[in-house]
Amino acid sequence: MRYVPLLSAGLFRRKARTVLTLLSIVVAFLLFGMLQAVQSAFESGADAADAKRLLTTARYSIIEPLPMAHLKTIERVPGVIGVASADWFGARYQNESNAFPVFAVDPARYLDMYPEFTIAPAQREAFVKTRTGAVAGQRLMDRYGWKIGQKLPIASEIHAKTDGSLNWEFDLVGVIDADDPAVRANTDVVLINVAHFDEARQLGRGKTGWYIVRVAEAEQAKVIAAEIDRRFANSPDETKTAPEKEFAVGFAKQIGDIGAVVTRILAAVFFTILILTGNTMAHSVRERIPELAILKTLGFSDTRVTTLVLAESIVLLGLGAGLGMAVAAALLPAVNGSTGGRFPPLFVTAETWLAAAALALLVALAVGLPPAWRARRLRIVDALAGR
Amino acid sequence: MGDLVQVRGVTKSYRRGGETIEVLHGVDLDIPRGDFVALMGPSGSGKTTLLNLIGGLDTPTAGSIVVDGRRIDQLSSGELSAWRAAHVGFVFQFYNLLPVLSAQRNVELPLLLTSLSGVERRRHAAVALALVGLADRAGHKPKELSGGQEQRVAIARAIVSDPTLLVCDEPTGDLDRATATEIMALLRMLNREHGKTIVMVTHDPKAAEYAARSLHLDKGTLA
Repeated sequence: MRYVPLLSAGLFRRKARTVLTLLSIVVAFLLFGMLQAVQSAFESGADAADAKRLLTTARYSIIEPLPMAHLKTIERVPGVIGVASADWFGARYQNESNAFPVFAVDPARYLDMYPEFTIAPAQREAFVKTRTGAVAGQRLMDRYGWKIGQKLPIASEIHAKTDGSLNWEFDLVGVIDADDPAVRANTDVVLINVAHFDEARQLGRGKTGWYIVRVAEAEQAKVIAAEIDRRFANSPDETKTAPEKEFAVGFAKQIGDIGAVVTRILAAVFFTILILTGNTMAHSVRERIPELAILKTLGFSDTRVTTLVLAESIVLLGLGAGLGMAVAAALLPAVNGSTGGRFPPLFVTAETWLAAAALALLVALAVGLPPAWRARRLRIVDALAGR
Repeated sequence: MGDLVQVRGVTKSYRRGGETIEVLHGVDLDIPRGDFVALMGPSGSGKTTLLNLIGGLDTPTAGSIVVDGRRIDQLSSGELSAWRAAHVGFVFQFYNLLPVLSAQRNVELPLLLTSLSGVERRRHAAVALALVGLADRAGHKPKELSGGQEQRVAIARAIVSDPTLLVCDEPTGDLDRATATEIMALLRMLNREHGKTIVMVTHDPKAAEYAARSLHLDKGTLA
């Protein structure tokens, strides 16, 4: 504590420069916090995956439909204890920016596949029995102010009704939710009854988008996946089955290798910070050569002066990193609210805080060591004589 | 009273541009405890070099320097730092105060190396500032003080840890006559009333008059 005034004096000798450098560090760590949250969100699908759940899609593309008749075949595969189908509706609510996933499902089969979703028994029953029924995630209900019992008008970008209209209307009969925040992201959907949907659509009847398969033993998942695909091999509708986690990772990679993108952006940002902060520290020490020489004259050892200079860069980076991460943590709830539920919720995790601390220390050492070394090697008589 | 400083056969050489320049040539000097010595001589005569060696800021090329019974020319860099902190106070021509610290904080600097608590450090600094007549300027930054006041703060910093020896390099070189007289009177008071041994480099014969004796250095040799 006794060196705090000295540290503060060194750091704020030129307030404007230090504040600007601090701001750039804050922005760098703000980006770090937010991008790491994005990366975590992309990995969260895999984190929330159930090891006993498989997903079966068309072999060559997930947008290619599969016959609904596959369901019975899959159900007969040994080790399979449940199968549900789901189809992509391609929804648009009121305007194009209000997009959220709508899946056409067999209500009972689908909800059985996701025991981590919560729904009131009476609402589940109503969904099963109402052909035009729909249930929505709690967060969508809150966002759009929907109420149970109301009509839900949704347009489809893919499916026209038999009369050629793209405008559909459903009866909102229930709400789904989840206690686990990682699972909750998966409830940001509207489920509609496939019985009505399949009957009322103009094209694609008897087809579905993908199957969700529940197996008895997680250890058998890969063997069963292979068996499912074997049963449809050489048919017009070959399949590709994978554990849900593998599917989630693969799906995220279709958007791009988020990890690599995040790493490259952050590498560019921190390289800039390294140059900027390194330059500030070098300038700061160069300007204070006579002052450092005086400290040595007064009896401050080489090691003490080195430590003081290094401590300045550690304090600067620590302060900037802490502020940047705090701002990221404070902004993410607002970002979550503005994505319209089209993106998993973003959080700054404990691991991200730890990574930020380690990164701050690393950058502090990288930018602090060269000037600290210069201060250490400073010869008093030369510095005082201005040599 | 014995000698506080004993300089024996001290030479000091520097290498500049591949050439070796010998600044001091076998200097012998004894400074008794409580003495006030003015080192005079033309520019380049080696005054400041000798002062730096006596103050432990530099080490001689050859010869020995004993201060208060300890050979300082054989100390390591770290030992010399600790020795300076405990035994020597420094006063420079351009004050060399830290501009972003208040007078009080500047005076406290040498005490950061002691085991004194914050309260004790502040009390010691206040006493030192009162001794140089600046008790009411403790909270001022150097740029808010006059040259004379800055030099008084520097003197307070030099004496705050109660060193045996004060080394002063042109302490009045940047001051007008009236202020220089005040500073010299202050140094004489520290010498006479507080028993500080002072070695001072000066070009100014008026300043030298305050010393108990003057020594003349010419081309690296004491005249």
